[in-house]
Amino acid sequence: MAPSVCLQEMIRVIRSARTQGEERGVIQRECAAIRAQFRQADSGGRSHNLAKLLYVHMLGYPAHFGQMECVRMIASPRYSEKRIGYLGAMMLLDEKQDASLLITNSIKNDLSHSSQYIQSLALCTLACMGSAEMCRDLAPEIERLLKASNSYIKKKAALCAVHIVRKIPELGELFTPSAHSLLSDKNHGVLHGAVVLITELCERNPGNLDEFRKAVPELVQIMKGLVTSGYSPEHNVAGISDPFLQVRVLRLLRILGRNNDEASDAMNDLLAQVATNTDSSKTAGSAVLYETVLTIMDIKSESGLRVLAVNILGRFLLNNDRNIRYISMTSLQKIVQTDHTAVQRHRGTIVDCLKDQDASVKRRALELSLALVSAANIRSMMKELLRFLSTCPPELRSHATSGIFNAAERYAPSQRWHIDTILHVLITAGGDVRDETVPNLIQLISVASELHCYTVHKLYRALISDISQQSLVQVACWCIGEYGDLLLKGDCDEIEPMQVTEDDVLDVLETILQSHMSSPTSRGFALTAIMKLSTRITNNIDRIRSVVSIYGSCIDVELQQRAVEYNALFKKYDHMRYLIMSSHTIMGFNSVTCLCVFSAPNVTVYEKGGVNLKLQCDNQTETAITVTFTASNSTQSDITSFTLQAAVPKSVQLQMKAPSGDVIPAQGRGTVTQTILLNNPNKASLKMRVRLSYTSQGTLCQDMVQIDSFPSPAWN
Amino acid sequence: MMRFLLLFSRQGKIRLQKWFLPLGEREKKKIIRDMTTMVLARKPRTCNFLHWKDLKIVYKRYASLYFCCGLEEEDNELLALEVLHRYVELLDKYFGNVCELDIIFNFEKAYFILDEFLMGGEVQETSKQSIAKSIEASDMLQETMEEYMSKPAF
Repeated sequence: MAPSVCLQEMIRVIRSARTQGEERGVIQRECAAIRAQFRQADSGGRSHNLAKLLYVHMLGYPAHFGQMECVRMIASPRYSEKRIGYLGAMMLLDEKQDASLLITNSIKNDLSHSSQYIQSLALCTLACMGSAEMCRDLAPEIERLLKASNSYIKKKAALCAVHIVRKIPELGELFTPSAHSLLSDKNHGVLHGAVVLITELCERNPGNLDEFRKAVPELVQIMKGLVTSGYSPEHNVAGISDPFLQVRVLRLLRILGRNNDEASDAMNDLLAQVATNTDSSKTAGSAVLYETVLTIMDIKSESGLRVLAVNILGRFLLNNDRNIRYISMTSLQKIVQTDHTAVQRHRGTIVDCLKDQDASVKRRALELSLALVSAANIRSMMKELLRFLSTCPPELRSHATSGIFNAAERYAPSQRWHIDTILHVLITAGGDVRDETVPNLIQLISVASELHCYTVHKLYRALISDISQQSLVQVACWCIGEYGDLLLKGDCDEIEPMQVTEDDVLDVLETILQSHMSSPTSRGFALTAIMKLSTRITNNIDRIRSVVSIYGSCIDVELQQRAVEYNALFKKYDHMRYLIMSSHTIMGFNSVTCLCVFSAPNVTVYEKGGVNLKLQCDNQTETAITVTFTASNSTQSDITSFTLQAAVPKSVQLQMKAPSGDVIPAQGRGTVTQTILLNNPNKASLKMRVRLSYTSQGTLCQDMVQIDSFPSPAWN
Repeated sequence: MMRFLLLFSRQGKIRLQKWFLPLGEREKKKIIRDMTTMVLARKPRTCNFLHWKDLKIVYKRYASLYFCCGLEEEDNELLALEVLHRYVELLDKYFGNVCELDIIFNFEKAYFILDEFLMGGEVQETSKQSIAKSIEASDMLQETMEEYMSKPAF
C-alpha cells in the first residue's frame, strides 16, 4: 500500500510550525497551491490534493472551495479518486449545500457498478449525507440491492434503507417486504442490518408492528442459535457470540413484545435462558444482560421473570466495574415507581453507592435513594442522606438539599426530628439551599411552637460561627427577630445554656447587615429582625434606632425603603410599633396565623388562658362600621390592666372610643367592652390586627390576633 | 443510532470526526468544544458515561487518544464501549500496533476503516475478519489502479 507522500510531507510541515501564526502561514500557502492544482486538472496527484485539503479542513480551516473538486473526483473512473472524492463529500458536503445534489447522478451510476467496492462507496455516502431529495430519488435502487446481490452489498443496502426511512418515513413501505425476508440470511452483517431496519420501520410506523410480530419466532431462533452455539472465532467477543447482534435482536424483541401478550409469551423462555446463561464477567456479556433486563421490564413478562431481572440489576450494583454499577442504577431509576418493592430490597447497596468516588455514580445513587425514601425507612435513610450531604460534590448539593427537605416534609416522624433535620441541612449546606425554600422553612418552624426556643438557640449558635450561608442567615434572622425574647432568656431544655446578651444579638445582626457576603435579601431579613427586637428588648432601643436611621440612606433601594418605614414607626407611630412588630407579623415574607370571621354577628375571635374576646360588627353606612369587642374572663382571679390596641390598613381610618374599664372580673362575672369606629372610604378589603395586653395572676401577658374578614356584606 | 464519533488528543486536538447527522459547521465546532472540555475534565477511575443535553456520551481513552461518541436514549452504552473497542482493534490490526501518529498521518485510512465498520450511526459488520478482508481488497484495488496509471503508455 503506497503512502500518499505529498500528503504526509504537508502534514509534517504543518506539525512542525511552532506558533499558530506560523501554522496559518503554511496552511495559506498550501491551500493556494491546492487551489491552483484543482484548476489545472492534473491527472496524477488529484487525490493527494483533495486529501491535503481534507486534512486542512480537519484542523478547522475553511475548505469549501474543495466542494466542486469532490464532485469531479466522484465522477472519475479511477477508484482511488472516487474513494477520496466520496470521503470529501461526506466531510465537506451536507444536505444543506447545493453542491450535494450534483453527486446524485454519480451515486446512481455507482450503485450499479460492476465493482462491489465502488457500489459500497456510493451506499456509504448516501447513508451518511443523503438529503431527502436524494433519498427519494435513489430509494428504488436501494430496494433492488436489498434483494439481489451478495451479502457485502445487502448489509450496506439495509443500513442505507434505514437512513432513507429516517429521512422519509413514508418510504418505509417500500422496504417492508424485503426486510422480513432478510432475516433468513445466514450472514451476521446482513442479519444485523435487517434487525436494525425492522426496528426503524416499527419505530417510525406502529402500523408495521403487527406485520413484524410474525417474525418473533424467527428472532427467538436467531437468539437461541447465538446463545447456545459453540465457540465461533469469527464472532466471539469475550465468550459471547456476536454481542452486537444479540443486543439488537433483544431491542427489537422489546419493541415487538411491548403491550402484546402473545408476542411477550413467545419470547418469555428465551429471555429467561439468556438472563440465566449469559456470562457477565466482561463488558460484552454485561451489555447483553443489560439489554435483556430492559426488555424483560418493558414487555408483559411473568412476575418471576421480572424478579429475575431486578436481581440481575442488584448483582450489577455489586460489580467492581463502575460502568456496570452506573448502568444498574439508571435502570433501577426507570423501574423504581413500577417495581418499588423489588427495588427496595437493594436499598442497602444503593445507599452504599452514595460513597462511590465517581460523581456520575453518586448522582444516580442520590436520585434512587430519594425515590426509595418511605415512612418505614425515613430515619435510617435520612441519616445516610445527611452523611452524604457533608461530602457531597458541589454540583449535587442543591438537588440534595431540595430532595432532603421534600422527604423530610413527607415522612417526618415528629416535629422535633423535622426541625433538627432542617437545622442540620441549613448548617451543613445552607449555601446551596434554593432561595424558594426559605419561606417554606420559616412556615414549618413557626408552626412547631414548642420548639421555638430550641430552634432559635441552635440557629443563633450556627450563625455566630458562620454568616456566609444565605439561607441559614435568612432563616436565623427571622427566628431571632421573632423569638428573640426566648433567645435572651438564656435557658432551653434541650441544649447547653448559653448567656446571650442583647448586645451579642445586635452585634451579629449588624455584622450581617454590613458583611459583603450578605445578599440583599439577607440584609433585608437582618434589618427586619433588628426592628422586631425593638419590641423584645429593653436596653438597646437607641442602638436599634440609630442602626435603622443609618440605613435610611443606604444605597440599596429596598433596604432604604424598609429602613425609612421602620424609622417612621419609631417617630410617628411608636404606639403601633408593638402591634406591628409583635408575634406572627407579616412583613412581606413571613406567614401568619389568621382568623377568618364568618357570618355570625357576635363571634369569638380569641380564646386563651381563660380570656375570651368577642367581636360584633354594625354598619352605620356603606363606609362606616362600628366594631365592638367584648372581653370576658373565666379564670379564678380578676384580670387587671386590660388594654386593646388595633391596627388597620392605611386607607382605613380608626377611632378608638374609651373602653368601659380595664378590669375583667373573674369567673365570667363581668366584661370589658371596647368600641372602635372605622371609616373605609375606599371600601378596601378590611383587616384588623388587635393586640391584647393584660395582667393575670401577677404575670404580664401580651398576644395578638389577626382578623381577615368581617361579617359585613358591604365588604365582600 | 450513534450521532457522532470523535477522536481527540489529550490537548483537545481533533484527529477524526464522523457525523451521522447533518449539522452546521458552527454546531459541529460547539459539540467538539463541549466534548473535549467535558471528557478531558474527567478524573481517572470514573465511569465512562456522561450526560449531555439529551444524549448519552460514551468515551474511552486509548493511550494518548480519546474515543468519544454520542448516543441516543435507546442505545446501549455498554455495547457502545464494545463498538469503540472494536474500532481500536481494527485500527490496530491494520496499522500494526497503532499509535496516534498513524492516525494523524493516515487519517484517510482511518476513515475508510470506519466506513467499513459503521454506517448511518449503526454497526455494519460484526466480524473483524470480514472488515479486514474488505479493506485489504479495497487497498489492492487502489494500488492496482495507481500502478496501472503510472505505467508508461507502451
